[in-house]
Amino acid sequence: MTRISSAFSTPALVCFITAGDGDTAANLDALVEGGADVIELGMPFTDPMADGPAIQEANLRSLAKGTTTADIFAMAAAFRARHPNTPLVLMGYANPMVRRGPQWFADQCEAAGVDGVICVDIPPEEDAALGPALRAKGISPIRLATPTTDAKRLPKVLEGSGGFLYYVSVAGITGKQQAAQTSIEDAVAKLKAATDLPVAVGFGVRTPEQAAAIAKVADGVVVGSALVELVAQHGAAAPAALRKFTSALAQAVHNARQG
Amino acid sequence: MTQMKNSFRTMPDENGHFGDYGGRYVAETLMPLVLDLEREYRAAQADPAFKAQFDDLLEHYVGRPSPLYFAERLTEALGGAQVWFKRDELNHTGAHKINNCIGQILLAMRMGKTRIIAETGAGQHGVATATVCARFGLPCVIYMGATDVARQAPNVFRMKLLGAEVVPVTSGAATLKDAMNEGLRDWVANVHDTFYIIGTAAGPHPYPELVRDFQSVIGKEARAQMLSRTGRLPDVLVAAIGGGSNALGLFHPFLDDPDVKMLGVEAAGYGLDGDQHAASLLGGFPGVLHGNKTYLLQDEDGQITEGHSISAGLDYPGIGPEHAWLKDMGRVEYTAVTDDEALDAFQLLCRTEGIIPALEPSHAIAAVAKIAKTMPDDAIILANLCGRGDKDIFTVAEKLGVEM
Ligand SMILES: Cc1ncc(COP(=O)(O)O)c(C=O)c1O
Repeated sequence: MTRISSAFSTPALVCFITAGDGDTAANLDALVEGGADVIELGMPFTDPMADGPAIQEANLRSLAKGTTTADIFAMAAAFRARHPNTPLVLMGYANPMVRRGPQWFADQCEAAGVDGVICVDIPPEEDAALGPALRAKGISPIRLATPTTDAKRLPKVLEGSGGFLYYVSVAGITGKQQAAQTSIEDAVAKLKAATDLPVAVGFGVRTPEQAAAIAKVADGVVVGSALVELVAQHGAAAPAALRKFTSALAQAVHNARQG
Repeated sequence: MTQMKNSFRTMPDENGHFGDYGGRYVAETLMPLVLDLEREYRAAQADPAFKAQFDDLLEHYVGRPSPLYFAERLTEALGGAQVWFKRDELNHTGAHKINNCIGQILLAMRMGKTRIIAETGAGQHGVATATVCARFGLPCVIYMGATDVARQAPNVFRMKLLGAEVVPVTSGAATLKDAMNEGLRDWVANVHDTFYIIGTAAGPHPYPELVRDFQSVIGKEARAQMLSRTGRLPDVLVAAIGGGSNALGLFHPFLDDPDVKMLGVEAAGYGLDGDQHAASLLGGFPGVLHGNKTYLLQDEDGQITEGHSISAGLDYPGIGPEHAWLKDMGRVEYTAVTDDEALDAFQLLCRTEGIIPALEPSHAIAAVAKIAKTMPDDAIILANLCGRGDKDIFTVAEKLGVEM
């Protein structure tokens, strides 16, 4: 069992924040203390094409503070030392990941104890740009499936993917609209029929109620923009706010299948 | 027919790669759509009716073929090779951009899309897109960096007159690349009904290929016109490069003519030694942005940096992937020209030929001025005059310290 697969043995809460936006170490600790099962650490990029305003601004705040790739790996390594069992996934865009070559990036991930990588703009068609280097180091390339990924295309998405399958429940950018529960249920059922990987659902999840509904059918629920907004609002006091909100989400997700 | 062994005209491969460059680096939501677009483009290529409609619109709506013009007084002033221009500034809307927009809107309608979006920097591609949308009665949303909206007021008003909605983009640095990000965000959220008309030979496959093909009308006409006027091919082709579409349009039909040299001219801004330029090939590194792998202006962590050029149509931090490949192959030579050199060339063409060029081709003219005098007077340089300068007179006046 890997760290990721153990985390999904019961419905899991996956929490996203942007690296270098606020006190990342304290914020990550708060997420874990609140009950997050998997951490997605966003790598800031100047051109976050798939993100809505909340995460765009988090990217810019982080870069304005001078966050470098080396800083992000240092944050990851320190997190791994403090939390040996919580899976850590890096999420971001291709260019910062491949800048020094895929090999370099995979080596850094391995050294920092990163479990998986979600790259928004490397679809399976361009897997060669990063996938082989990650797999060679035992790091899971986590792919996205979307409402536009039809049954014919799904095998292509699953080929070479690992960790979990991230279902983007709306055709759109992060943080905007939320998908209808019935369409999520349909989609998750189809995905689960096609893969043994855990299926986590994200994009537009903002409340414990939504998270609970999704956790009834999916293996995991991803929350991002709502957390990033708390970081923006609360500044130095963000850890307390994150801990409180995460624990409400975690309770909802962890108890979703009882009763 | 014998197949040329080393043809430069067979790219991209079936995955949309030009060697190491190009590809389809897009979010999964868009993947099915770009695959659809490719299928539809292949079908259109095989459909004589598509080509007939494209050709008809280019002739009667755009005003093609554009003239091939021998610039006698400029040639005299420079002293050396003969300078000829492909007059794409005479097209409807004043630049080469419309060639591509005609092709793409026909594709959009074939695909049953009912809403058009585009990005624009200086506004030329925005105007051309708004124009074809008005012509075919489709709603049109143009994303434009807020900085550019303020700098390019006349083009903003033109787009509005043509019925387009112009959305100022305030995210990031509020310039062309941010407008492109916002276009991609819109597209991801509206894939079912929306077609994205990309304005240069960049973006995910098949955009670089299809934009090049639609723009290749420039080089096809020029090649035939040159042969019929002079009985020979030019010695050197010269074109300015933002994303690279007018340059590829001119170059591509000549790529397998081994005696024809080609020179792509990037914007050196305040100079290549600093970071205030927009020369992705000469001053950047390969990376991934906006759907393709290509040379980019970026820092050592892969963060994209802002280009600068006096010409708003050239200050994009990337370049079409086919140019990246042609550079590595050594088939096309690339150089760069500063703001000041372009400004001098702009004025030189005004006074010697009575033609006010756009600041983009002024970069090409500046490069022509440098090489013409090193060449004999029976040599022929053919440069792409890809846009007229009406849109730029305010910028030029300001630079020259003239109050309007
Ligand atoms: C007249 C003109 N020339 C050139 C360009 C640069 O684009 P490309 O390199 O794709 O031709 C632009 C872009 O706005 C333009 O308006």
